[in-house]
Amino acid sequence: MKEKNTILQWIDERLPVITFVRKHLIDYPTPKNLNIMWNFGSLAGIMLVIMILSGWFLATHYVADTEKAFASVQHIMRDVNYGWLIRYIHMNGSSFFFILLYLHLLRGLYYGSYKKPRELLWIIGVVLLILVMVTAFVGYVLPWGQMSYWGATVITNLFSAIPWIGEDIVILILGGFSVDQPTLTRFFAIHFLIPFVIVGLTMIHLMALHVSKSNNPLGVEVKTKDDTVPFHPYYTGKDVLGLAVFLLIFAVVVFFFPQFFSEPENSIPANPLVTPEHIVPEWYFLPYYAMLRAIPDKLLGVIVMFGSVFILFFVPWLDRHPIRSALFRPLYRQFFFIFVAVVFILGWCGSNPPQGVYVVIARWATVYYFAFFLVIMPLLSRFEKGRSPPESIHAAERMKL
Amino acid sequence: MVVPMSNDTDSSSHVAVDAVDSGRRDFLYIATGSVATFGTALAAWPFIDSMNPSRNVLSLANLDVDIARIPVGQAITVRWRGKPVFIRHRSASEINAARNVDVSSLPDPQDDTQRVKKPEWLITLGVCTHLGCIPLGNKIGEPRGDWDGWFCVCHGSQYDTSGRIRQGPAPTNLQIPPYTFIDDHTLRIGTDKA
Repeated sequence: MKEKNTILQWIDERLPVITFVRKHLIDYPTPKNLNIMWNFGSLAGIMLVIMILSGWFLATHYVADTEKAFASVQHIMRDVNYGWLIRYIHMNGSSFFFILLYLHLLRGLYYGSYKKPRELLWIIGVVLLILVMVTAFVGYVLPWGQMSYWGATVITNLFSAIPWIGEDIVILILGGFSVDQPTLTRFFAIHFLIPFVIVGLTMIHLMALHVSKSNNPLGVEVKTKDDTVPFHPYYTGKDVLGLAVFLLIFAVVVFFFPQFFSEPENSIPANPLVTPEHIVPEWYFLPYYAMLRAIPDKLLGVIVMFGSVFILFFVPWLDRHPIRSALFRPLYRQFFFIFVAVVFILGWCGSNPPQGVYVVIARWATVYYFAFFLVIMPLLSRFEKGRSPPESIHAAERMKL
Repeated sequence: MVVPMSNDTDSSSHVAVDAVDSGRRDFLYIATGSVATFGTALAAWPFIDSMNPSRNVLSLANLDVDIARIPVGQAITVRWRGKPVFIRHRSASEINAARNVDVSSLPDPQDDTQRVKKPEWLITLGVCTHLGCIPLGNKIGEPRGDWDGWFCVCHGSQYDTSGRIRQGPAPTNLQIPPYTFIDDHTLRIGTDKA
């Protein structure tokens, strides 16, 4: 690529940054029919940057000491210039990060974005989701409130369900016999480290994406140049518009409802001798938590809970239907929306006490959650006829006109 | 739909659909760029400002010191904003020594009356103006240099009984912090206002 500017040309010959930007951000051919559901990937990437930035500034004031952690968060809220703003951005940012990731994931599940040749792209995405979950969990421990402390206790104790070595693994994770100073110090170190691993893996996620390029609502592969538009200005523009709308919503929560997602119990400093009456995780973990509590057996409950996330790895091979997009699979589409509803029901069960009707509902919902992947997907792959997708993106768009 | 174009294009009435109105495009670029730059700066400010001293640091900005028990001829060191402050109860001879000086001959000319509010009390930052060491001379027995003030062992700067630089690499006199006397025996460091 010849540059008009000689300085840019000089740089590009030695380090092809300009060629790279041109290839991947400007000329990059993108299906011309992407809808709003394709906004959430880039938004999640921006959210990651916001989290790392706000997190770094919080880390300059936070103290990872069991005696001082809670007070240092209060210090951030009261003393540090704009500390309240930075903390509210970071705190609510985690919730918004999960909203974006879940929408991004459901987009893939609906439009069959995990199917050949994008299996690895999907798998890297699931790894990213798990890494974000780990980061969010250890991050929630840092303010050292009651929910931080007891959340950490409960979740680390999950590993005690592992036969024979479980107890030793818990001691290894905690660095002691209970959640205490060594746990807090290492959780802070982990919370600082993993986001950078996530950045790296996101790059790999993008590398994999740029090999097979974006899927699209029709699920029909790009065939000719007529099916695509250059990334810039079409999707830079669409992404910036999406970002503006997203930031508006984010700002409304940060400035007007900063405690919307938070648990009042966590405003009480951690007390190792008193367990809160009702331990609940952050909302983004509620469905998994409901599945854990729905199972009356300790080991099985833990397996089901972790399995509910890990099962996502196998989706490309559980759903082998040749048609990608749910638009042309009326049956899959119905089961998909039931699945989404079931996840919400599980979340609702998880936020309620593990008693009576909530457990019964959670059990049935758990059954559906796993049946969706293990029974419905394989069966539909064999028996759903589906409607035939259009010849090409271009042809379908012409039909609309 | 025909969009009326601005007058600076060369066509008089109708413009082809594909024609680029570069004036309008430049305006959009500059407007977008300005809003983005301004917005980024606005968003960056809270983050940058969070690194400035927080309120609990600023709340320690004033320090009250009881000076009643400092004998004439002796000095104490107090810590204010993390730095040492020298409070010296000067004797009459020290005051005389500080005042009987040809001010214009000094490296950093300053009259003693400009450096004190009460002649018997000299309050300076205990930080050498060369590179930030703490000069000796505040405690009994420490070397006070040839001018009976302070002597900085790091690089040999010597100060007189007014805290003025007399010899050595330090460029300026010892700094005077803002202070005020609340009453006869209480000194407030950190503000000039009584």
